[in-house]
Amino acid sequence: MRTLAVWCPDWPVTAAGRAAGCPPEAPIAVLDRGRVLACSASARHEGVRRGLRTRDAQSRCPELVVLPYDPALDAHAYESIVTAVEAMTPGVQVVRPGTCAIRARGPSRYYGGETEAGIAVSDRLADLDLPDSRIGIADGPFAAEQAARATIRGDDRIRVIPGGAAAGFLAPLPVEVLGEPDLASLLRRLGLRTLGAFASLSPTDVLARFGPEGAFVHRLACGLDGQPVVARQPPPELNHHVDFEPPVDRVDQVAFAIRDSADRFVADLAGHGLVCTTVRIRVTTESGAGPERRWLHPRWFDAADIVDRVRWQLQGVGPAAGDLDSAVVSVWLEPDEVDPIGVHADGLWGGGPDEHIHRALARVQSMLGHEAVAVAVPSGGRGPADRQTFVPWGDRPLPSRPVEPPWPGSLPTPLPTTVFPQPRPAIVVAVDGRPVGVSSRGTLTGEPAQFCPDGRSPDRLQPVAAWTGPWPVEERWWDTDAARRLARFQIVGVDGSAWLLTVENRQWWTEASYD
Amino acid sequence: MGGTVSVLRQPADERLAARPRRAPADPSDRGVRTLDTVPALADLLPGGALRTGAAYSITGSTALTMALLAGPSAAGAWCGVVGLPGFAAAAGADLGIDLGRLVFVPEPGPRWLSVVGALIDALTVVVVRPPTAVGDAEAARIAARLRQREAILVSCGPWPRCDAQLTVTESAWLGVGSGHGHLTARQTTVVAKGRGTAGRQRETRLWLPDPDGIVRIASEEATDTASNATTTNTPSPTHTTPAWIQEAVG
Repeated sequence: MRTLAVWCPDWPVTAAGRAAGCPPEAPIAVLDRGRVLACSASARHEGVRRGLRTRDAQSRCPELVVLPYDPALDAHAYESIVTAVEAMTPGVQVVRPGTCAIRARGPSRYYGGETEAGIAVSDRLADLDLPDSRIGIADGPFAAEQAARATIRGDDRIRVIPGGAAAGFLAPLPVEVLGEPDLASLLRRLGLRTLGAFASLSPTDVLARFGPEGAFVHRLACGLDGQPVVARQPPPELNHHVDFEPPVDRVDQVAFAIRDSADRFVADLAGHGLVCTTVRIRVTTESGAGPERRWLHPRWFDAADIVDRVRWQLQGVGPAAGDLDSAVVSVWLEPDEVDPIGVHADGLWGGGPDEHIHRALARVQSMLGHEAVAVAVPSGGRGPADRQTFVPWGDRPLPSRPVEPPWPGSLPTPLPTTVFPQPRPAIVVAVDGRPVGVSSRGTLTGEPAQFCPDGRSPDRLQPVAAWTGPWPVEERWWDTDAARRLARFQIVGVDGSAWLLTVENRQWWTEASYD
Repeated sequence: MGGTVSVLRQPADERLAARPRRAPADPSDRGVRTLDTVPALADLLPGGALRTGAAYSITGSTALTMALLAGPSAAGAWCGVVGLPGFAAAAGADLGIDLGRLVFVPEPGPRWLSVVGALIDALTVVVVRPPTAVGDAEAARIAARLRQREAILVSCGPWPRCDAQLTVTESAWLGVGSGHGHLTARQTTVVAKGRGTAGRQRETRLWLPDPDGIVRIASEEATDTASNATTTNTPSPTHTTPAWIQEAVG
């Protein structure tokens, strides 16, 4: 069956670079498990190769932009390309993100020839900012894909292998292109280095020696690819968007207008037996692309939840005034993660035990903003404030710093019970009335004799009953922005109150209280 | 019928276990449900346990608030903390609070009473630090809601007509000398005052916490060593420099 294969070279790089906002000509490498999976043409020019370790790649090209490999992003970004090709000709099969196969008969008749059809597809992709797409046309998807890849060595972006000539075209190719690393290694050791050599074996012998899988790739090598192009079922359109004409600049107007769309969004998903657990909301404003954010939900989104998320996203953090910097042109709702509706069905006796809790917290969130309701996750660190991370209710509870490392120099238990969100200035003086300081070698200039945990009232100094310290902390000295050098003290006043004080750059702070 | 349903629901999820059943069939048994606290605090509370529908007031100690939450939280109740941006969750976890069922609203703003009301609807124990003085009418409204929802309010600060008022009047820390050691344990005197006929003052010496990090009642001899330790500023004889300090310095 005549097949047209469309190949976008370095697709992971294109997808990741676009998501990260890099210019296409920048040297980019996509890494998977510490090794280069794909790199852009400019990076390749500098000597970066597939399979290099990060450090080697960076030493060859110091300005290399390193991006992580994300298969989901790859597939997601390819979706728009497939949709564009599908608009020209139906029956597109996605072989993998970056490569798709089309039945060639229809388009070649319509455009008046196979080469003309290839040019039409290639031009359409060039409109989508993919000027370097390659087209191969041959008998069967395998030969067509190899033909597309063969264009990389030539100047032409389209390669047509006439019917029946596939075996001759494939013969000089190395056996690795079959995509079976184990078999390819075995064939090499048997002295069969090219597809032609492999194809010259008798099919019966291949079946006896390599089994059904071997027989299948043998047929591919012979150019007898019998696989049909299985057209994909275009996925249902679940995204919704609202355009504002004229643009609106008040949050409540947007929230009111989005309500109807949110209802249809949820109803559409329910029609497919799905509920949305993560939604991506994109906002475009008059000044260009506005805020984009993924919102997670502890259960699943109903219409009111989505309206709330749109409102919070527009307001930024916390309950701000209703006016926006720039008027909103359109709002897009995209389901990022969905679950079958049955997973979240209410039981016979009502919802789960946490449902009413979730409802009440969502009500408080809609009153005060998304960030206002939080849960605490234990996290690691030396200071008292580092020991917990507050995560907004509904977001994934991940600590900002892992608990596991040993964190030498962290506070001993019992931990302080009140940690001031902003440390308060404090005063600690020695017997002679001069402020106590800590030298760079960690020695004190004098013993603390009097202190005041609240430095705003310096006349109320309190005698020190007991004290301990200094506990020097020098964190992240290699990072100019995050570097901290301080010394901690525990000080007990004569009234029995205990405090955790720090001195940093000769300024005393009250960090926490043991109350 | 409603009673039957709640009985059936009860074992469905053990997290519900500590949450009292809602809407009891017989109104006369309202308010008698209790939630156990850590044993050390039982003596201080009227009835020996936290009563649903009641409001408690704690002054002078966040640690005591945490200790009060620890019992219900460990038994599976959901707790909320409103208006305490400095509440150290890690210390709470050390005292026995389950962080998975603890919700924070650090900055409730001027509408804090509505926030407290909304949380009472769902959570079992709600801790609040009132940013402004609470009027009798507001307190009565909250109290009605507490009784209806069978929740408990703990106020870090004065609260009108509360069922019990716990105040830390004295505290003495152990383990710190002059320039050495570190805070290890604290002895406190907690004064509890009930309402109306339960208005008798009770005074208890509490370890808050003891050297093992547990809240318990202090016996007499321990009190003496504690007072010695603070007055003479000598470290406790068993004290040695812990490994973490050596690590940090060396």
